[in-house]
Amino acid sequence: MTEENADAIIRMFHVHKRYGAKFALKDLSLDIYKNEYLFVTGRSGAGKTTLLRLLYLGEEVSEGQVLVDGLNLSRIARNRIPQLRRKFGIIFQDYKLIPTKTVFENVALVLEVAGRKPSLIAKKVKSVLRMVGMEDRIDAYPQSLSGGEQQRVAVARAAAGDPKIILADEPTGSLDEESADVIMSFLDTFHSRGATIIIATHDKELLERGHARIIQLRDGQLWSTETV
Amino acid sequence: MQRFYRRAIKDILENRFLTAITVVTIALSILIAAAFALFFVNAGDMLNLWQKGMRMMVYLKASTSEAERLDTKFRLQGIAGVQEAVYISKDEALTRLKEQMQHHSALLENLKENPLPDSFEITLQPSARNSEELRFLAERIQALPGVAEVEYGQQWIQRFTHIINLFSLAGYAIGALFFMATLFIVANTIRLVLYSRRDEIEIMRLVGATDRFIKIPFYLEGMIQGGAGTVIGLGLLYAGYSALALHFAPGLAGGMIQLRFFSVGASAAAILGGTLIGWLGCWVSLKQFMK
Repeated sequence: MTEENADAIIRMFHVHKRYGAKFALKDLSLDIYKNEYLFVTGRSGAGKTTLLRLLYLGEEVSEGQVLVDGLNLSRIARNRIPQLRRKFGIIFQDYKLIPTKTVFENVALVLEVAGRKPSLIAKKVKSVLRMVGMEDRIDAYPQSLSGGEQQRVAVARAAAGDPKIILADEPTGSLDEESADVIMSFLDTFHSRGATIIIATHDKELLERGHARIIQLRDGQLWSTETV
Repeated sequence: MQRFYRRAIKDILENRFLTAITVVTIALSILIAAAFALFFVNAGDMLNLWQKGMRMMVYLKASTSEAERLDTKFRLQGIAGVQEAVYISKDEALTRLKEQMQHHSALLENLKENPLPDSFEITLQPSARNSEELRFLAERIQALPGVAEVEYGQQWIQRFTHIINLFSLAGYAIGALFFMATLFIVANTIRLVLYSRRDEIEIMRLVGATDRFIKIPFYLEGMIQGGAGTVIGLGLLYAGYSALALHFAPGLAGGMIQLRFFSVGASAAAILGGTLIGWLGCWVSLKQFMK
């Protein structure tokens, strides 16, 4: 293992993912390093979302191996999957907020599942909601929020548990410029605190921000890698 | 644990209609099963009371001499299960009969001779007061040389015991049926709730919730529904029992038989049982859902 590899927080070896006869990912090998800022890009259907889902075991690989922070996902016991998922803060393309819970409760959920104390949860949730400019909507329900606001809440939830890795699937895809800026500067803040940021996107403006590695997928295969 | 209780209560309030259906169904099941149980408890009390006051009459042959009578008494007192044997001469028996038939004494006045036999009235030891022991004891006494007939209302006792046994069997069958039905209904209600919230459960899993974290509020929900249903079922039964006891108890054996409801301990055990059914229903649903 090289020195570079010793810093890898995620390692993928010859990963294949098939849905029936169709390959979503094909022979993908990739190292992602601690505190790296990585963009995964490619056209729709290139395998970006599948790649992210494999990391938190939203899907299982068909072939190959994935290691996340020392955990081999092919051999992980079912009861250790929650522990794996708590390493991630995940921002889903469709937000995935619970409609019957308030903004506060949605964000607090991440801390509750980790068994944090209620006093700490209240403090932390208010703090992250303030960072994304949603402290005034703490008691609102998701359906009363705009798309941009819902995404901000989703971002706050992803960061609330101070995860080692933040995964974001098209985090600015359907947002106005202001909301997109808030979310990206929030992710920058967490990156500066040591988190690894992995963003799947085909938003060219994001890719041009610099200080990141960009990998491009095409038909499920690693097509190119560049650092900007 | 407090947060799990809060979540369970919140879920119950959010799914009021489903919860109400479950609680009412459990209450009705418990009401019917407990009504049977209450009947057995009181019928059993009645049977015990009648058996306590039971006497056995041993009629002697007409030709029995004084020596044979004394010998029979001696032998009777030596038989296990006999507490006391009191001799009743035929004359004494006729006097008693006349006293009991005061309004029809004219019928007895015209008798040329006393048709009643000499007899022994036997008081039984408590251990001999069940149907099987009585039959065995009667057979032994019947075999004594001076004895003509033994009478203890055997057919009546046997019939009553058979009816009680039949009701017990029916009760067990109905109890088992209602247990299954309640379990099925609780399991299905929880399953409906689980399906209606499958997206929420999926999100909880994605943010790192353990199965335990997801399941505990559902278990609490099932247990609360089971316990509440049982309390309501028992409450309804108690109301019905109170109304019936008020009207019918004074007429039962001239007030000698006291109707009774379940003890506090038995009621608590029933509530615990209902709570466990709620838990079990939940377990069945979650086992399938969380695969």
